[in-house]
Amino acid sequence: MSAALDAPERPAASEAFRAVSTARKVKNQLATVLVTLAFVIAVIPLVWLLVSVLIKGFPAIVSVDWWTKSLSGVTPDQARGGVYHAIVGTLVQALIAGIIAVPVGIFAAVYLVEYGRGRLARITSFMVDILSGVPSIVAALFIFALFISIGGLSQSGFLVGLALVLLMLPVVIRNTEEMLRLVPDELREASYALGIPKWKTILRIVLPTALSGTVTGVMLAFARVMGETAPVLVLVGYARAINFDPFEGNQASLPLLIYTELSTNPSAAGQLRIWGGALTLILIVMVFQLAASLISRYSAISK
Amino acid sequence: MTPDGDEAEPNTVSERTTQRAPSDDPATQDRPAGSATMSSVTDTQPSTTGSSRTTSGGTGERVFRALTTGSGLVVVVAIALIGLFLIVQAVPSLLANNDNFFTSPEFNTTDASNLRFGIRDLLAVTLLSSLLALVIAMPIGMGIALFLTQYTPSRLAQPFSYVIGLLAAVPSIVFGLWGVLVLAPAIEPIAAFLQTYLGWIFLFAPGNLPVLTGTIFTGGIVLAIMILPIVTATTREVFSQTPRFQIEAAQALGATRWEVIRMAVLPYGRSGFIAASMLGLGRALGETIAVLLVIRAATSPSHLSLFDGGYTFASLIASAASEFSQPLPTGAYISAGLVLFVLTFVVNAMARVVAGGKVNG
Amino acid sequence: MRFQRRAAAVGLIAAGALLFSACGSDNNSGGGSAPQATGVTCGGKQALKASGSTAQANAITGFVNTFEQTCNGQTVNYTASGSGAGRNDFTGGQTDFAGSDAALSSSDLPKAQARCNSTPLNLPMVFGPIAIAYNVPGVSDLALDGPTAAKIFNGTVKTWNDPAIAALNPGKTLPANPIVVNFRSDDSGTTQNFQTYLNAASNNAYGKPSTQTFNGGVGAGARGSQGVTDATKNTQYSIGYIEASFAQKAQLPTAGIINAGGGSPVALSTDNVGKAINAVQVTGQGNDLTLDLNSLYKTTTPGAYPIALATYEIVCSKYADPQTGTAVKAFLQTALSPQAQGTLTSGGYVPIPDAFKQRLSTSINSIS
Repeated sequence: MSAALDAPERPAASEAFRAVSTARKVKNQLATVLVTLAFVIAVIPLVWLLVSVLIKGFPAIVSVDWWTKSLSGVTPDQARGGVYHAIVGTLVQALIAGIIAVPVGIFAAVYLVEYGRGRLARITSFMVDILSGVPSIVAALFIFALFISIGGLSQSGFLVGLALVLLMLPVVIRNTEEMLRLVPDELREASYALGIPKWKTILRIVLPTALSGTVTGVMLAFARVMGETAPVLVLVGYARAINFDPFEGNQASLPLLIYTELSTNPSAAGQLRIWGGALTLILIVMVFQLAASLISRYSAISK
Repeated sequence: MTPDGDEAEPNTVSERTTQRAPSDDPATQDRPAGSATMSSVTDTQPSTTGSSRTTSGGTGERVFRALTTGSGLVVVVAIALIGLFLIVQAVPSLLANNDNFFTSPEFNTTDASNLRFGIRDLLAVTLLSSLLALVIAMPIGMGIALFLTQYTPSRLAQPFSYVIGLLAAVPSIVFGLWGVLVLAPAIEPIAAFLQTYLGWIFLFAPGNLPVLTGTIFTGGIVLAIMILPIVTATTREVFSQTPRFQIEAAQALGATRWEVIRMAVLPYGRSGFIAASMLGLGRALGETIAVLLVIRAATSPSHLSLFDGGYTFASLIASAASEFSQPLPTGAYISAGLVLFVLTFVVNAMARVVAGGKVNG
Repeated sequence: MRFQRRAAAVGLIAAGALLFSACGSDNNSGGGSAPQATGVTCGGKQALKASGSTAQANAITGFVNTFEQTCNGQTVNYTASGSGAGRNDFTGGQTDFAGSDAALSSSDLPKAQARCNSTPLNLPMVFGPIAIAYNVPGVSDLALDGPTAAKIFNGTVKTWNDPAIAALNPGKTLPANPIVVNFRSDDSGTTQNFQTYLNAASNNAYGKPSTQTFNGGVGAGARGSQGVTDATKNTQYSIGYIEASFAQKAQLPTAGIINAGGGSPVALSTDNVGKAINAVQVTGQGNDLTLDLNSLYKTTTPGAYPIALATYEIVCSKYADPQTGTAVKAFLQTALSPQAQGTLTSGGYVPIPDAFKQRLSTSINSIS
């Protein structure tokens, strides 16, 4: 990063050695153009996509009902009601995942950084990488196989939460791990020197020092799982009414709402809900991402 | 956080076993004051001087160690269980399968007493779409990473990379919607052009769809956009870690900016870039809903053309999710999921080996 | 300091959560709420559970709205989980009734009988017309008959100016372009019913099994009705089958159908579908109203539009718990009321014509 900042355009002194040939200049210019072009190419679909979602979804989200009402009692072609029930479901399912994945993830990261030696640690670290690559549909199938096929449970928001745990864990672990490694060893050693046992040093000194980074990781993990569609398709039914209870009955979520409206509702109201739901989902995910980057900016570990 | 939280005090015996064992000299119990990072400790714990120093610290250490090790084990166990339960659920259906699982292009589970399913076409569509995505995303991802680390002033690098990160914030269902309604018609002329002039290559030959929208080609482009932030983020990180002295050495030789990149940045970051691409590939292989919405179904087997339609492993499973009521047909889909799991396992394991510890997934 | 800031943040989140959970509501009764139905005997179990067909989900939503307005405190929780799951849930005793695109099969029947400890009834409560929508530049009033439609959807007829199509559309200029068939790639009752129609109306010239999967062997699949609609709209010279509401909302032209009685092409309209429903024959015994779908698809009634998806409510004739029976009866009575039937057209269904309503009414009133 600092290299980019300091890299001089062309050191003036170099001309004393020899002039840069035209071919090298052209190559250099070409590289600059191509590299800049790559960035522009990536921005085009992003802007294109965000603008289309914004234009089509904005009329939906400006109404108060959108944020405070469910679709209970609204027939598909009525442009009334809102997506409160889906927001509730999205947050509840993510929260369940968070309640399990955050402590487990943080402890697993502590294990990898502070305690892990030898073969088990290597295997664990390897498996974290594998877990981060497990597709959401496979995580959903696993929960389906374990709890519905074998366990005999019926579909519920809780099972979605469990599937999301698998997707959240690697994000939490990797981010926490990185933060823990940034904590200067001097801090640990100072603590040990005072006779504080290792576990307490970790809990009281290492983790608090790494807290902001950890919170950032958790936020990113939330952002990652809330847009997941595959687990809700397999593991829970759609409901048009508010359901706070993840253990019983159907529970809507924003991706499921979008998918359901997309496949069953041809009306203009349905179109509005699809794009409004997409915009709402992007906004919620962005809030979490923004929170993550703000937290990491304001309280980074100073080295 | 631990059962014996605040009361526990340093123990004098068991600490020496660990590498960073603290001194157990009780005289040094006073906390250092003034360090900003330590202040939170003083916030949460009252003065410790004079409190009892019993042996509960040993228990605390053991409990804490067990807790963290257990959490680490959770990950290992989770992976093992995923494999195990997918196998357990897949085997009865694989045994009941009346067709060759590896070579049949069919996936027919309508009749539970006559299952006929195979993964040939699933594998073809999954690999073709993911590899196309990779071929597109790799150069662009590398370009962006170079742009952000070597060309952009660091003041702008942060907001710029946030912009790329935004791509990751867009839920895949939105990519799917946009891909099928907006992108597919827009890139149809490109597809027609490729087919007209490169049709003699099997990849661009006419496929099994009567249309040129909603093909593997379209899906691959959507996937490329989706994995771009993954490829970019990791590659950027590795590039930015290029040792300063290598860059400066190149500069001292009078290298142009591009030559600096070629001589210092790329050699250093190559393995990280490849690993990042593998991670992207892993994500593309498992992408579900966008592919389900974009790539259209075909009625005849795959021609191994980019203008084929069909299902990937993930999109097939999702498309059948609402019909998971009978165990045997469901098991057929679970066996497809198992193959996908193995596939992503291998790809991610390779990414890790290639990266050699430089990259964190 | 840090701790305080953290505490403040936690407090803020908690307050936000509280505020959030307090301000949401299921109450959408402001403006345009469903009217009360008449002729319904309320009572019985408060919340009925049902699951099944996605094809009738929107109709059920309208019925439930009216039901909630009519019978204070009573409701139905309907899960659109697919017909197969709906029948399984019902025979497994997890739900009080099932919504299904097909009547109970001979293998399901004993299970349903055991679950009810009485005869189960198949009641065709919801009819959804299926449109053959097309996108052919310059053609706006295409006419097709059963045999020709069958040949298009199994790939025998390949171009728009094929003599078979031209014969039904005299005086119209048909392009020589190839026909692109759009089909539903997901399993659906719509596909099953449409293929049943193709087989029946073509005297099996279609020649493919009538399953929930499209077996025509041509064309390109798209996900869900919306997918087929979008595909048809975006692809010139294409044709597809979708629920009528999707075609209307997308303003796609739909083919007029020459039914088995011959005569002139019948446009897709509520009245024309009603004519076909009134003429339908019932194979069910007594109060069971299982339909003879052949009599619908091969209707010879002049002006009757023959392609419609019939979806059933599967109920017990006598419930072990009379409270459940009373509530199921009240719900189905509500569904037949003019108020509830009035909600159907906007969802793309046809209201049940009067003659057939009488038969349903008799069956429903027998439930206990």
